[in-house]
Amino acid sequence: DFRTMALLLIIVGQSGEPIYELDASNNKVEDFQHLSQFIAHSALDLVEQNAWTTNSTSLKSVDKFQDKYVSAFLTPSNCKFLLIHEGRNEESIRMFFVEVHEIFIKLMLNPFTEVDAPIVSGFFDKKIRQLAKRIN
Amino acid sequence: LPTMSKGASRTGEQAWAKVPKVNGEFFALTYGAMVTQLVRDFEDVDEVNKQLEKMGYNIGIRLIDEFLAKSGINGACQNHREVADVIAKVAFKMFLGVVADVTNWNAEKNSFCLVLYENPLTEFVELPTEMTGLVYSNIICGTIRGALEMLQIRAECRFIRDTLKGDEVNEIQVNIIEVMEEQMGDDYNDNS
Repeated sequence: DFRTMALLLIIVGQSGEPIYELDASNNKVEDFQHLSQFIAHSALDLVEQNAWTTNSTSLKSVDKFQDKYVSAFLTPSNCKFLLIHEGRNEESIRMFFVEVHEIFIKLMLNPFTEVDAPIVSGFFDKKIRQLAKRIN
Repeated sequence: LPTMSKGASRTGEQAWAKVPKVNGEFFALTYGAMVTQLVRDFEDVDEVNKQLEKMGYNIGIRLIDEFLAKSGINGACQNHREVADVIAKVAFKMFLGVVADVTNWNAEKNSFCLVLYENPLTEFVELPTEMTGLVYSNIICGTIRGALEMLQIRAECRFIRDTLKGDEVNEIQVNIIEVMEEQMGDDYNDNS
């Protein structure tokens, strides 16, 4: 299935704590929140392992859970973008991560941004939502 | 049209071409670091605004000589309108790389506005919701005030529109309070 459906984006800061989360799924399943946290956190371990094996920052499909995939992107500053999705269009997911990264960089350049604190920027949230809409 | 205003844009471009440049990101980040440090030090947004204005004032009183020496401006301004044009088209261009538009003259012709479509200080900046009272670029207002004071013009400057607060453009209002007549040239006419 080449069509990708992005379900959940989690950004994990350098400290290992999530600093941003976007639920991009159309139907909000009750348990999905908790399930996603679980999926994302267990994927983090795999991301850590993978990070040491490759020079490329980017994504691997690092995990699979039931019918959902988890892809990851590592920033040079050791933040992790985790995407839980259905379908496996690797190229569009890679592009998505790259564009999220650009917005993320711009956020980091804001002198008022607290590094590693939860992301509160309305601008950031708006941009990421637009990106997620485009990929779905 | 007096030659001062007509040539102001060209003078500004020429001055900008000659001055040394700095990386825009570095400039914006340095200024941002300074503002956020002031916020941490003073905690009160109004106090930070005052400090930024004071810093600008200290820059302005020193900058004016450099400006007059290097800008290529010949002769003194003959009236308020020329002063406004020189600030908008020459000074802003030479030091910030952007030009401003002069608008909103009042009836007495001693108050005008400078409209800035681009502000290199605020690249990447998003004001936190708890700091909407912060006048992030207030240093510019102080600089104008300080520079004018060295020219015997007492003025007040303040932001009346701010892109960081959701406005479409930045707009600085300049109110000329007093001109020390004895120092100005005989040709200087307050009201033209």
